[in-house]
Amino acid sequence: MTRIIQSFLVILFAVLFCTGVSRANEADSTATEGGISENFNAGKFVIEHVSDSYEWHIATFGETEISVPLPIILYSSTKGWNVFMSSQFHHGHETYNNFRIEAEGKDEGKIVELNDQGEVLSLPVDLSISKTVAGIFVSVIVLLFIFLSIAKSAKQRVNQAPTGMQNLFEPIILFVRDDVAKPAIGEKRYERFMPFLLTVFFFILINNLLGLIPVFPFGANVTGNIGVTMVLALFTFFVTTFNTNKHYWKEIYNPEVPWWLKYPIPLMPIVELTGVITKPFVLMVRLFANILAGHLIVTVFVSLIFIFAQLMGIEAGLGVSVISVAFSVFMLLLDVLVSFIQAYVFTLLSALYFGMASPEHH
Amino acid sequence: MGFVTPDYGTIFWMLIIFGIVLFILKKFAWAPILKALKDREQSISDALNSAEKARKDVAGLKAANDQIIAEARKEKDLILKEARDIKDKIVAEAKNQANAEAQKSIEFARQQIAAEKTAAINDIKKQVAELSVLIAEKVIKKELEKSKDQEVLVESLLKDLKLK
Repeated sequence: MTRIIQSFLVILFAVLFCTGVSRANEADSTATEGGISENFNAGKFVIEHVSDSYEWHIATFGETEISVPLPIILYSSTKGWNVFMSSQFHHGHETYNNFRIEAEGKDEGKIVELNDQGEVLSLPVDLSISKTVAGIFVSVIVLLFIFLSIAKSAKQRVNQAPTGMQNLFEPIILFVRDDVAKPAIGEKRYERFMPFLLTVFFFILINNLLGLIPVFPFGANVTGNIGVTMVLALFTFFVTTFNTNKHYWKEIYNPEVPWWLKYPIPLMPIVELTGVITKPFVLMVRLFANILAGHLIVTVFVSLIFIFAQLMGIEAGLGVSVISVAFSVFMLLLDVLVSFIQAYVFTLLSALYFGMASPEHH
Repeated sequence: MGFVTPDYGTIFWMLIIFGIVLFILKKFAWAPILKALKDREQSISDALNSAEKARKDVAGLKAANDQIIAEARKEKDLILKEARDIKDKIVAEAKNQANAEAQKSIEFARQQIAAEKTAAINDIKKQVAELSVLIAEKVIKKELEKSKDQEVLVESLLKDLKLK
């Protein structure tokens, strides 16, 4: 197993140094002595760290930016499919093949297509492997590696005590089964939802935890991206909707309430239908907001150092760094807790919705 | 606030990746893992049940053993009692027989003694008669030439010799 991890790391560093690392020397970058940019913009710094991007930024040394380029996949009506690496954009400073990352305006940060005169034509269909998508890939590799090896040992060591990784994850799997799925869905029906609940739980948990590791290839803000949580919530929504029985729909369209709440204005049906939509919506927002807030707050504490250094000199920055680091560590530890709690809450609520989708007749 | 608007590219990839991961994990990870968990739980509960059963069996066996031992003890007591009875009976019989035998011997001895006594008395009587005849013969021989007084004397002598 250690050999697999080793080879995994070797491949990663090979990718990083042979094909990936691009260095850009920019004439227009404003660097000063002491390594601190004079116009340090804390807001931009924080937002850039939590938002998606076309390259995986690792570090900036003075004038040199080190980042891993990611594939850009575009479809435009004029040029068809375009696939190239984001290093062609030179960190957004150059135009490639009439495509450019817009620096300002309403489409800031998006790729736009230009005509030969350099005017913005349109927005191409953008299916790029952005930092978030790359982060999803990394976490999925980790997820598959962990659980396929557990499945292997589960198949080989029949009726034996679990060891190693199996031993570590089995209590969590049992927790999801016995304390989440069984009470929320019921003894009879819980089994068909187990694969989804377990996948969602571990997908969220692993992404939350990997998002806290600030070293490439981890640290992408995956579960703090609203698109990702939206898909997770949509899965819950569709699984719920496809596993309903007639009592569920009766509760929505014709609930047992006084008649004047239903006729002539269908007040309760409207409320109930809204509930169907708000449930996954709340799932989406809760996970997104919690993880995003965790990332934001750690980055804010770190950028405090630079704000103080800029305002009152490097000594002030060093002084503040002690407090900042202490708070960042505290927040990171809190985020570890939040990672588990959010994975649990998402899974528990999904399970509750599944349980409510086919209530027992009463 | 760009990051609160979901990006369709991310949604697209996330749908594909999550769908595939869900499928792969469902088929190749969760199915065997959950099955293994279930099997292990089943085997543990089976083992516990069989241990409980074995415990009950042993307890039953012990009770049966106790019963057998108690029965054996009872039988032993019975046999011992019988043996003692038989012994007592034999001893009593032997004693009775011995008594009877002794009685018989004594009786026989007594009869013998009685017979011997009768024979001895008869013999004595015979000898006395002979002696008397002899005495009488001698006296008569003498008296034939002596006085009548002696005759009287003989008679008195004979009187004395009379048996009881």
